[in-house]
Formats: sequence, structure tokens, C-alpha cells
Amino acid sequence: MMKSKMDFKKYKGPDRRGHFGSFGGKYVAETLMPALFELEAAYDKIRRDRDFKKEFDYYAKNYVGRPTPLYHAARLSEKLGLKVYLKREDLCHTGAHKVNNTLGQILLARRMGKKRIIAETGAGQHGVATATMCALFGLDCEVYMGKEDIARQSLNVFRMKLLGAKVIPVTSGSATLKDALNEALRDWITNIRSTYYCIGTVAGPHPYPLLVRDFQKVIGEEARRQILKAEGRLPDEVVACVGGGSNAMGIFYPFIKDEKVELVGVEAAGSGVRTGKHAATLVAGKVGVLHGQKSYLLQDEEGQVMETHSISAGLDYPGVGPEHAYLHEQGRARYVPVTDAEAMAGFDLLTRYEGILPALESSHAVAYLSKAKKGRLLVVNLSGRGDKDMGTIAKVKKVSL
Amino acid sequence: MKNRIEKKFAELKKAGKKAMVAFVTAGDPNLKFTPQVVWGLEEAGVDVVELGMPFSDPMADGPVIQKSSERALKAGTKLPGIFKAVETIRKKSQVPILLMGYFNPILQYGISDYFRDAKGAGVDGTLLVDLPPEEGEETRQAARKAGVSLIYLLAPTSDRKRIDLVRKKGSGFIYYVSLTGVTGAAIHAQPEVKGQIQKVVKGSRLPVCVGFGIKTPEQARAVAKLADGVVVGSALVDCFASGKPQVGLEKAKKLAASIAKAVHSI
Repeated sequence: MMKSKMDFKKYKGPDRRGHFGSFGGKYVAETLMPALFELEAAYDKIRRDRDFKKEFDYYAKNYVGRPTPLYHAARLSEKLGLKVYLKREDLCHTGAHKVNNTLGQILLARRMGKKRIIAETGAGQHGVATATMCALFGLDCEVYMGKEDIARQSLNVFRMKLLGAKVIPVTSGSATLKDALNEALRDWITNIRSTYYCIGTVAGPHPYPLLVRDFQKVIGEEARRQILKAEGRLPDEVVACVGGGSNAMGIFYPFIKDEKVELVGVEAAGSGVRTGKHAATLVAGKVGVLHGQKSYLLQDEEGQVMETHSISAGLDYPGVGPEHAYLHEQGRARYVPVTDAEAMAGFDLLTRYEGILPALESSHAVAYLSKAKKGRLLVVNLSGRGDKDMGTIAKVKKVSL
Repeated sequence: MKNRIEKKFAELKKAGKKAMVAFVTAGDPNLKFTPQVVWGLEEAGVDVVELGMPFSDPMADGPVIQKSSERALKAGTKLPGIFKAVETIRKKSQVPILLMGYFNPILQYGISDYFRDAKGAGVDGTLLVDLPPEEGEETRQAARKAGVSLIYLLAPTSDRKRIDLVRKKGSGFIYYVSLTGVTGAAIHAQPEVKGQIQKVVKGSRLPVCVGFGIKTPEQARAVAKLADGVVVGSALVDCFASGKPQVGLEKAKKLAASIAKAVHSI
């Protein structure tokens, strides 16, 4: 493992202005600045509020189904010569970890008195999770989604509509997640006073990377307790896929202080990093500013944002959360590429050996296991289930449904 | 030494006149044509020209400027080309020019290099939509060193603290966004607009220009009365949507002339 440049024993995350080292911050149009300060103040208040914590825990337990199991994947372990535990976020209500964040944010939006919720979505999981919470609490919900993504994730589009959300197709730019984010920001700039923007990952302007991580860190807190109970020791590695990076940040964060635990983020290498058709931001990107934050970014020489490619819509994003950029720079976490083909092999492996159909995003994390050092104890964040991907997978396997 | 923006506003103030600021995207439809656009706008009576630096992800812009940016990027518009166009403009014109855009292309070019080369080409100011004063210290110092004004935005959502911050950190002028929205949105006869503009104007050491949503001479005249100038963007950019450069320029010149006349008649 790379030597950490700083002592992470007292690591807390961003400073008061939302900087993780030189990353993060608030790079937004002036219209949004007051709204971010408002959100910051509101979040600061609920962070120390016991009633909020109680409310969050109540719904996390009774509605989302937490704690999720930490499952010892015995057959898979034997096959790979490892000891693998899966953190079963795929068993969360709505089928992925995304709901942890939307639960927290929608409870926060309610406290702020906001009645209209907007969100962006790529694979549609965050859109579904937001629409679900809005249905639960009777709030208006509008979800921006790239036209391309609407086509490849039609099932999730239908789910959102059934839940009462309005799905707004985005045709600008490459018509994918980054453009949906642009459009959501434009909406927020226009309707700033009435609207809460529920961002789906640990990216965007401060305080989003902080609060999304905090709502997701329940994954790592549980996993840490569970592995200590099951094995009497901490794992050698904690593994998660990274697009924007929310499931990874959620499981990494409670392990950051345990400097012996290696943190491995798996990025989408698409057709291969060398082909240029990928979404491996930390592996192949450069420092840049997009969507309100300074972080790593896939961009050309002129600083124009590049179009990305991944078989998994949820990882198909040219940026990454600023806390990951910081952990990468400091050598506290290691980021590795996994191609579309490797992810598909990971999908098949878990499906056949454990009877679990992982989401294509999570399949990237599973695929890494074939590259891990033998004999190690690993915790893998199985961030979502694969039902939503059946269409894509059938297409890859040349099966018509 | 004062740059052209500062000189122009001092001159206008002395004459008791308001400024007409025009925005067009650099490189739309191509960079070769951009000098002609700027010369044409100056001829039409425009006091300050803002040239948009196209960006792949213009988060604060409406559809008109988004499409214009796409056209410019497709035509191969890059920063060195924009500097060259400004150099060409300077052979015939001393109209104050500022470049407006997003932060990432400047970050990649190198912040100090950008201001040095911009100044060298004849650029007087820069406005970076997604760089608020809080994140802009390095940029502010580089701009100051080069003698380039760094213009900040204020919005209806900005409170007293932010108004003071922008007054302190900004230079050249303050760009007041007259409504919460993206560029090109319709300006409403919001009764609170007047009061908000006055809040920003009163006691400001910097001139205040109001933009976003101004499309007609009547709107421009009404808004200019309250401030030191108006900015017209999307309405002019829209003239170039047809892709026929000469036709677009004639349309833009006509619109700019009518608005400049209205603004200057106050």
C-alpha cells in the first residue's frame, strides 16, 4: 500500500469552507451562494439535533430496512482464495444505497420548509430513491435525466412516474448524467427560493459532499461493527465502486482512521482507459472545476469536459467527489480501473456462485476481487441490485427478452 | 493606470450617461468573424463588449447561449484563438472588452498565464460565472497584477454581506443579475427589482450594470435609469442562431443600435 502523506488518525473531512485540502469548495454562480449558506446553516443545526437523528434512524430501520447484513460469501471466497464479506446495500428498499442519502436530505428539506424537490439521475437509482421519499412525505418531485439514460433505463423511468415524480428529459450536451446535473442546477438557480435540490452523490458544491457522505456513512459504521463481530478484526481491504463516489465514501469514511485498512475505489474503465472511452476519473483525469467543486475531472487540454463511457449508467460521469480526490492525492485510498468486460465477468461470478444479481455498478467492485492478493479479508460494498440492468445485460449477451 | 473599462465608465459618469454593454459568444459562428462582430457593435453605439468564452457545461446559461457555445466549440474556438481575435480587434478599435466564461478553462490554461496573455492581447476585464469571491483569491491577485478588472456578479438573492464582499473584491464594475434564473430568461416586472437594484447601486464605489432578460429598448431604458448601465446578451446572441454570419451581424447591429440609443437618451 502507498504510504499516506498525512496522519489520518484525526481525520474529520472538510474544513469550515468545504475544502478537503485543495479540493471541494463552492464554485457556483452567485445566485446559488446564499442558498448554499442556507443549506449549510440548516445542516449544521440538524447535525447536532437528537430528534433529527432519531427520525433518521426510525425510517432507516423500519422503512429502508437497516442495518443491512454483512454476508460471508463462502463459495465466492473459496473460488477466489480470499475471505469476502458483502455489505448488502442491494437489500435496501428501492434496491440500492441511494436511499440512505435521499432519506436524510428529504428529512432535511422538510425541516427547511421546502415543498418542491428536484434531483438529477443517471442510472435512475437516485431518481427512484428521491421519488420514493417524496411519495412517502407528499412532496412535489421533478427528476432531470439525460435522454440517452432515459432510453437505457426505461424501467426506472417508469418506476419514478408510478411514484408520482415528473421525469424531465435533458437533451443538451451529451444527454447523460452530467447534463442532467447542469439542468438541475439551472432549475435551482431559477427556483431557488421554493426548491430543494437533492443531489445524488458526494459531489457538487459544499455542503453537499459533506452531507451526502454523512447520510451514507451508516454503511461503513455498520460494516465496521459487523466485521469486528464476525472476524474479531478489521478487514485488509474495503472495496467499492466509484462514479461520483457516494457508496464508496459511505463505506470508506468510518475506516479512514484505521490506517491499516486499505481502501480500494473501483472506477469504470469502459472499453479500456487507453481507448479514451471510459469514466475512470481518478485513474486518468486531471484536477479541474465542474458542478460547483474542485476535484479530478475527465477533460481535454482546453478544460472542456469530455464525454464518458461505461456499461453502467451510474458510473458514467466525468467527475468524482472531492473527498475521493483528496484521499487519492494523499494516498489514503487506491483507485483502480475495471473495464466493461471485467465488470460483466464480475456480474456472472457473483450470480453463479452466490445467487446474487449485482447492479452493473457494483459488479465493478466484484470484478476487482479477481485481482486482489490471495488470502486477504475483504469487505465489498454491494451497493445495488441488478434488476434494473436486465435489459443492458441481455443486450450484451445477445439475448432478446 | 486605468484600463479601458475603468476609463469608459469614468467618461460616461462625467457626461452623465449610462452604458450599453453587449454580450456575444467568441467564435460564434467562427473566430475569424468575431472582430467584425465587435467592430459592428461598437459602430452601433455599444460602450463595452463582453466576449463569451465557450464552455462544454455552461450551467448558468439558458438554451440560447448554450447553443451558441456549442456552435463556437464546434468551430474550434479555444483561448489562444480568442486572444488572437482580440489582437485583431485592437488594430481598429479601443472599445473596452471583457471575457466572460467558466473557471475550468482558465484553470487549465494557468491562472497567471491567462491574465498575462489576455492583457497582452488587449483584454480589459474578466468575469467567471462559477468563481465567487470566496474561491477567487488567487485569481483576483493575478488579475490585479496584470491590470485586468475582475467583475463579479450579484443577484436578487445576495444579502448585504455579499454585496459588501463583491464591492470590496470586485473591480471594473458589478454585474447585477436582475432575476433569479439562467441567461435569456424573461425579465418580469417584478416590483421588488427596483428596490434590489437600488440596494446594490447606492453607495457603491463600482459602477453597476444590470443584465439577464433585457431584450427591448423599452426594458433597457427602464432598467438603465436605475443603474449605471445595462447588459444585453441572449437577445443579441440569438441573432446568430441562423448560422449565416452576415445576416446575424446586421440583425445584431440593428438591435444593439436601438437599445444603445434608448440607453444613451436618458
